[in-house]
Amino acid sequence: MPESAAVPSPPASTVRARCRTGIEGLDNILEGGIPKGNTVLVAGSVGTGKTTLTLEFLIRGAEVGERSLFLSVTEASEKLLENMRSFEFFQPGLLASGQLTLIDVPVVYAKLGLTHEELGIDEIDALLQTISRLLVETRAQRVVIDSITSLGYRIKREERIRDFMLRLSQMLSQHGCTTLLVSEIGPLPGRYSLHGVEEVVVDGVVLLGNVRRQGDILRVLQVIKMRGTSHSRAQYVVEMTPIGLLLAPHLKGARAEDD
Amino acid sequence: MTNVVRETDLGERLRNLSAGAAIALRLDPQNYADNYLLALNATIRDVGADPNAHTIYVSVTNPASLVWTIAQALDISPDRISFVDAISHIMMEFRNPLANATYLESPRMLENLMLRVEYLLRKHSEKRNIVILDSVNSLAIHNPPALLSEFFHILINNLKARRVLTVLLATADETTTTIDQILSLVVDETIDVRVEGEEL
Repeated sequence: MPESAAVPSPPASTVRARCRTGIEGLDNILEGGIPKGNTVLVAGSVGTGKTTLTLEFLIRGAEVGERSLFLSVTEASEKLLENMRSFEFFQPGLLASGQLTLIDVPVVYAKLGLTHEELGIDEIDALLQTISRLLVETRAQRVVIDSITSLGYRIKREERIRDFMLRLSQMLSQHGCTTLLVSEIGPLPGRYSLHGVEEVVVDGVVLLGNVRRQGDILRVLQVIKMRGTSHSRAQYVVEMTPIGLLLAPHLKGARAEDD
Repeated sequence: MTNVVRETDLGERLRNLSAGAAIALRLDPQNYADNYLLALNATIRDVGADPNAHTIYVSVTNPASLVWTIAQALDISPDRISFVDAISHIMMEFRNPLANATYLESPRMLENLMLRVEYLLRKHSEKRNIVILDSVNSLAIHNPPALLSEFFHILINNLKARRVLTVLLATADETTTTIDQILSLVVDETIDVRVEGEEL
């Protein structure tokens, strides 16, 4: 690269500390990891690897001593545990030591008596207070909510979802958590959440998807936005392996051939 | 650069290659089976004889099970060779998967092929790895030239940077100008392989 075209690095004092996801390819894309304290939407349709990515993020964090919390709205923790065991690096001792905690949100609903199909303002308050208490109790530094879409189903009204998202995001940030919110989306271009408000509130969006090549499906990942860092906007193909997610560039020669 | 070698020379030639070298073995289609066996002898048996060596065999032409049968006849133990098989699924030959193989649904999923190789390199990172890709022609049947060029460029340069010896198998009479151009860009040397007694 000619010297005149080089972009100067920011002074060290302005570089934000990183939360390394532990997924080497993703950390490379993000120039070292997610800026600490960011809330990031992990968006994608079914079968694109959202839960697997977030589980690896938490296990890798717990491994290096960062306390990690998974709030599961859609899948029972037993099933998540099965998924975790497919990783060779997963150590069950992380759960026993409290380094990694799995919480079933439907159990939380039941304990709080949140039985109505649509949550009212008071019930949303109670839910947020409970999440806040869990953050304190677990001393979580990494958090995953899977999925924010399912939480939104119970809130229903758009203005309440927006308010809930803002308060949740602020709360997570105040606790110093680096958070991944799983967003389930259909194959609509330009949308990263079902309700359309989640991507506005968060600091980052990581999009997972499927690309067809002559009928074969490739899983792809792209970082759409990430506050606090410059990042690659290229698309990568993802492979799920027992040693974690591996990423390779989506071949550009291929792109012209994709369906 | 293209050289022609006879059977007795090939294993020795490959053993003497520097780490990170990438070569193409162009097999004469006359007596293909003999030439193929010669290439396997020289690669998985001779180069793989190093006690610290581990071979990653990317199988796009023949199912891994067939190559594994040949490897067993050459006394290769299963912990010294792993397969990335990108052909068994589409040949509907996926009945008895090998423990030392990983299976890819289609030879068109080139990025996934790269990542399976990456996975095996990481799994055997303490070994001196050799990657054999069988074959360039088979990949060319399933993929357009622009895609194939990009694939080889990324894969081979990555392997070179990691000082992994890479051997690409190709069949001489099927190599089109495009494949020759791709090979000339990514490999250090092309060796025409013929068994003893064949005319050069």
